[in-house]
Amino acid sequence: MPADVYLNVAVGGVLTGLVYGLMALGLSVIFGVVRVVNFAHGEMMTIAMYIAVTLFTAFHLDPLVMLVPIAAVMFAFGYVLQTRLINPFITRPEYSQFLLLVAVAIIIVNLLLIAFGPDAQNVQTSYAYDSFQIGPLIVDATKAYAGLAAIVVAAALFGFFQYTRLGTAIRACADNYTGALVVGLDVKHLYALTFGLGAACVGAAGCMLLLIFDVTPAVGPAYTLLAFVIVITGGLGSMPGALLGGVLIGLTEAMAGLLFTPSAKSMFAFGILVLVLLFRPQGIMGKRTA
Amino acid sequence: MIASLIEGVPHRALALLGALLVALVAAPLVAGDYLLTVLILILYFAYIGQAWNIMMGFAGQLSLGHALYVGLGAYTAASLYVHFGIGPWLGLLAAVPVAALAGAFIGFLAFRFRVAGVYFAILTIAVAEFARVGFDHLSWASGSSGLFLPVAQFTHNDLWQLRGHPVMFYYILLAAAVLAFIFCRALLQSRVGYFWRAIREDEEAARSAGIDVFHYKMIAVVISAAMTSFAGVIYAFYYNNLFPEQVFHISRSIEIILGPIVGGIGTLFGPILGAVILTGLAETLTAALAAAGIDLPGAKQVFYGICLLLVITTLPDGVWPWVCKRIGLAERNK
Repeated sequence: MPADVYLNVAVGGVLTGLVYGLMALGLSVIFGVVRVVNFAHGEMMTIAMYIAVTLFTAFHLDPLVMLVPIAAVMFAFGYVLQTRLINPFITRPEYSQFLLLVAVAIIIVNLLLIAFGPDAQNVQTSYAYDSFQIGPLIVDATKAYAGLAAIVVAAALFGFFQYTRLGTAIRACADNYTGALVVGLDVKHLYALTFGLGAACVGAAGCMLLLIFDVTPAVGPAYTLLAFVIVITGGLGSMPGALLGGVLIGLTEAMAGLLFTPSAKSMFAFGILVLVLLFRPQGIMGKRTA
Repeated sequence: MIASLIEGVPHRALALLGALLVALVAAPLVAGDYLLTVLILILYFAYIGQAWNIMMGFAGQLSLGHALYVGLGAYTAASLYVHFGIGPWLGLLAAVPVAALAGAFIGFLAFRFRVAGVYFAILTIAVAEFARVGFDHLSWASGSSGLFLPVAQFTHNDLWQLRGHPVMFYYILLAAAVLAFIFCRALLQSRVGYFWRAIREDEEAARSAGIDVFHYKMIAVVISAAMTSFAGVIYAFYYNNLFPEQVFHISRSIEIILGPIVGGIGTLFGPILGAVILTGLAETLTAALAAAGIDLPGAKQVFYGICLLLVITTLPDGVWPWVCKRIGLAERNK
């Protein structure tokens, strides 16, 4: 195979990886602040994907245009989930939280199955088969738009946490729970906001991913796992780490699909995870806490 | 030995256990085919739940990848049977070490590098998923097209080759569940059991007290993996077909751990009660939906998920500790 084939596949992998990174960013933000591992993360993304599919087939609304309203809906979903269900569990043991979110995930998957059936659905945008030629590179338009959108959303989130008072308050909760309570922060509300932001992130990622992949109710758990792999590879709780991990996994999957067989691609992602856990358990960009 | 096992158990508890055992031994005499399959499922999950509980409930190590050990046990024994005609009991001699080695591998990697908590849980998922995709591409075990065992007629029970009527599997699993229960009780009362609970409660404190934490965590993983692989062998010979997508799938691992968590983690009776509740719930939902004329794929699982939510939000410690309080029995080893 000529070298430019590898290069094209690699660029496609990196762009898809950016969207993976945004998805994982949502998980990372939630874990970093609320200290709850969201085992229903991929399932939450499929909710957003189905909203986007429905809007597209009914009104021909492009998923990228509907990204902000869908993210807002997912924000509300996450906020309510945290205040109503998860909040009493934040001091309980991990297995207890795990079971709670597994139950949420089971309900989401099967409600989607009842509502939309088991068949794969996708969107056929007008630019679905367009591509850009940059020198010897040929880049799919859908992947380019999706990757760019992921960067924009991730940058907005960085900006929020770094430069706004609310973002600073949330970081304060993450750094020192008791201290945050002492200075009078409404930690419950901030936790719910964070969970909402994580849900909005994964909702936005769902809109982008829909341009690249089909959606079925059953893909949720696979994306949950993928988000874990990425977040741990990058470093649980590290925002740049999640994006970097996403790019690394996206690239690995693309190259494994090209060099071996596409069905074995997740094996390579898990292989990377095992290596990272062995040699750098805190992740590539993570800080050692234990 | 036996005297020390029942020492300190209230007479009421012994009487209840005895009655339960008699009822279970007699069950196939009155149970129809349908009820028998349900009971087999319950015993299967009660047994594996007990094995998983050793790792999580006793030693505090959260494994979310126990399907790995089931799958390795099932595939090792089934492959030996299909390729070389080696019977399941001899196959067990290979299946158990294979699973124990896999457990030791995960344990060695994780505990050496101090991978703990959520990280450890995700490592166990990752290895199981790695095995799932790996077996999908392993042609010796027939890959994704599935490994099939020659199906036997139910004319006679061949205990040695594990070919026969479900009643035979029922008694094998009943024996396994009872032995696992007794074994776990003995473990809890042993030196190792006390060390495990010390590690579960506070690993640093246990280390400072001079407990070789790495060593005892390894023992927990290896015992748990070895016990689980036996259930895998039975699984293979009971269902007669194996697909990597099914046996190694994460949802199998979740099924395994739901029972002990719902029943009561770290208790001896929790895994059994959890298996009864969850399998009973699933079957009741199927029957209820069929009676109501609802034929929606997914409807059953939605109700299942809602019931799970209710249990975990109202009884966070599990059902068994709550029942214990109600009937005035205290399980001392909690």
